[in-house]
Amino acid sequence: MVRTYFLLIWTWTRAAAAYPVSFTLMILFGIITSGLDVAVILVVFANTTTLAGFSRDEVLFLYGAASVSFAICDMFISNIDRVSQHIKAGTLDTILIRPVGAWIQLAADRFTPNRLGRVLQSAVVLGYAVGALDLDWRRAWMIPVMLVTGIVIFTAVWTLGGAMQFVLIDAPEISNALTYGSHQLNQYPLSIYARDLVKGVTYVLPLAFVNWQPGLYVLGRDDPFGTPEFLRFAGPVAALALALLAALAWRQGVRHYRSTGS
Amino acid sequence: MRNRALTPRRCKTIPLYARLVRYGFRKHATYVWASLAGAFTNSVFGVLRAYILIALWQARPGLAGYDITDAITFCFITQAFIGPMQLFGGGLGIPERIRSGDIALDLVRPASLQLWTLSEDLGRAAYLFLIRGLPPMLVGAAVFGIRVPTDLVQWLAFLAGFTAAVVVSFGWRYLVALSVCWLVDDRGVAVASMILTTFFSGMMLPLHLFPGWLGDLAFALPWAAMVQLPVDLFLGKAPAPDTFAVQLFWAAVLLGLGALGTRAIRHKVVIQGG
Repeated sequence: MVRTYFLLIWTWTRAAAAYPVSFTLMILFGIITSGLDVAVILVVFANTTTLAGFSRDEVLFLYGAASVSFAICDMFISNIDRVSQHIKAGTLDTILIRPVGAWIQLAADRFTPNRLGRVLQSAVVLGYAVGALDLDWRRAWMIPVMLVTGIVIFTAVWTLGGAMQFVLIDAPEISNALTYGSHQLNQYPLSIYARDLVKGVTYVLPLAFVNWQPGLYVLGRDDPFGTPEFLRFAGPVAALALALLAALAWRQGVRHYRSTGS
Repeated sequence: MRNRALTPRRCKTIPLYARLVRYGFRKHATYVWASLAGAFTNSVFGVLRAYILIALWQARPGLAGYDITDAITFCFITQAFIGPMQLFGGGLGIPERIRSGDIALDLVRPASLQLWTLSEDLGRAAYLFLIRGLPPMLVGAAVFGIRVPTDLVQWLAFLAGFTAAVVVSFGWRYLVALSVCWLVDDRGVAVASMILTTFFSGMMLPLHLFPGWLGDLAFALPWAAMVQLPVDLFLGKAPAPDTFAVQLFWAAVLLGLGALGTRAIRHKVVIQGG
């Protein structure tokens, strides 16, 4: 399965590399586009020293951690949000009769390696923040754990977004609110949001485990909302639960699909 | 013998463009669900962005001459502008027509390509103003409470400023679209335009927050005329005549460049085949 996936993305990469100038430019523009979010954070902190109790470097740490996971999923998984286009064009039929899982094929569909620019940009910001903050090194083991947790959660979120499109064929943009909205939410400390919203993204859709809960542990901070200590380590469990739910939703979506038959 | 019935009646100029505005409106009105989905996504992002501004204004009350309600209103009105002004780019269909060669057909029509496209785009903007502009404002009003103009003069000033902003945004997007004629692959220009528009229009943060020279630069660029200036009219933070002057200046400059560009592609276009 994994081999098939890499074979598919390698094929798409070779296709993209046929236009080397365009390819290089798109990597560069990818870096600048995702850099805009950092520019917004920097402009905000040009006007204030703390935002909801967090300093600039702490916010950059949270931003970087969420964005590395998000950018990796954006590169490898996000193509799955073209389900409704495939349904409308009738190409989903072709995908379903091939001897490879539909999820694998759709995730690799029109893979463009130029999103690597975003991964690099986020990694640089995370690296800067880790260097600039005076972190307790005994807690640093959590950083790779939170990145992997984040990747699993965002993969599940994108899969849910794709599954939604089996129903919302005419309104695929709704899934953007879920996928890109999740990233927007995680760019800032959750302490800026209302208590009920944070409860929702902790106990219902566990986005708080991408960077907030484990990030509080790394930064050695107490949760301003007073959630219990063990939640800092609950990320992997929450991620697996969400992944399971997303897998079920995806299966349900594929079964729900009816071809137009023409 | 002249058969008048077979001679197509020549469309008079004003009715022609008025009809194109209507067609632009109706063409987009076909995709109600797609537009409502867009409105939903814009509203969700509005809520998420509003919290950032609330946190900032709690730390710095009265920043940039706005209070918290002004900042929240700013956030939702910018989300409402995304659809009508196509702040992420596109909306014109010219690049595809240049690539497919259909543009040759557009250029031989006895009407200006630029005015034709502008009319359709105004119709599109009017439709998206209703269906993608109002929902984020209503969500903002319901979740946080927003400020709306209290007197009629301010409403009229805003609507005039908004219309001018749509024309400026068209002027810019038209130039971006024409560049395909020279560059073949328009993705690079499209992304560059998206970066410039979202950042320098005030869509991401009020331009008043940009420090020092960056703020001066942002206000001196055409993108400010698209979002920041009409929003300040809505909030009653800027004198209307000055705002209109800047917007009309940029509309004239961009439309003028567009007219030159249209003339240039008339000479540039090569019709392939028979």
